[in-house]
Amino acid sequence: VLHATRPLHTTRQCLAPLPPLPEKGGEVRYGLIPEEFFQFLYPKTGVTGPYMLGTGLLLYFLSKEIYVINHETVAAACILSVIIYGVKKFGSDVAAFADKLNEEKVAKALAVKNEAIKDLETAIEQEKKEQWRVEGRSYLFDAKRNNIAMLLETNYRERLLTVYNEVKKRLDYQVAMQNLKRQKEQDHMIQWVEKNVIQSITPQQQKESIAKCILDLKALSKSAQAAV
Amino acid sequence: GPLAERRLLDVRLGELPAWLATCDFSPQGLLGGVQKAWNSYYDKYINVKRGGPAGISMLLAGYCLLSYGWNYQHISKISFLVSV
Repeated sequence: VLHATRPLHTTRQCLAPLPPLPEKGGEVRYGLIPEEFFQFLYPKTGVTGPYMLGTGLLLYFLSKEIYVINHETVAAACILSVIIYGVKKFGSDVAAFADKLNEEKVAKALAVKNEAIKDLETAIEQEKKEQWRVEGRSYLFDAKRNNIAMLLETNYRERLLTVYNEVKKRLDYQVAMQNLKRQKEQDHMIQWVEKNVIQSITPQQQKESIAKCILDLKALSKSAQAAV
Repeated sequence: GPLAERRLLDVRLGELPAWLATCDFSPQGLLGGVQKAWNSYYDKYINVKRGGPAGISMLLAGYCLLSYGWNYQHISKISFLVSV
């Protein structure tokens, strides 16, 4: 059962960005007693009040043996003196070292943030460039259309050439056929005429022509001998 | 403000029993109180940019006092003092 009277998500609680850490911690006097205690006693007892209170308490504890002085007291005194000496001597160095570590951490985080911002900015630049490129669509399509027209034209002309060649081949064939026919007729006629002529040469005519040829040859040989 | 929401230091002496009555003494309540106290101490003295020795020194001093208080019975016996 959801209690509808309870308001939901009314607090504007936002986790980021976090508020920065305070620079210094609460004031503490002598490393042990917070400043608030001194301020608390100031209106009634002035500045020396807490010190008198401390001294009185200490003497009371000592005198009533609520705090017993034994070997541990000596040990505590030695340890405390060593600790205080160490803190006073090396405190600032340690603080500087810790500050440096912190600085490095913060610098790394900041570098990451700047890196991310730069990357996003370059991404924005590229996006804008892409958008500008989109405007060139018309040129792109014109070029493509020209390409296609060129292809179609080329194809058409190729086919035209093919047609022309084919037609020429057929016509050449016809011409060759006619020439061949005429040639054959001529040859045949020549052969037939020759055959008939040879047939018509009777043996009598052949003898007469051979004798005539021999006489001619003799006459020629005589004149040739004379010429040589 | 109302009594239940004030912190201990803001409560007057006369109102102390009433304030104690509004406290939550169940285990979860006590644990929550301890958690809150530690968180406020931590945020005030330790979780700062430039802390000093005060943060842990107060914890150590408190631990010393507490252990002395727990061992007081043993320390105050005469036999112990004699043996030292």
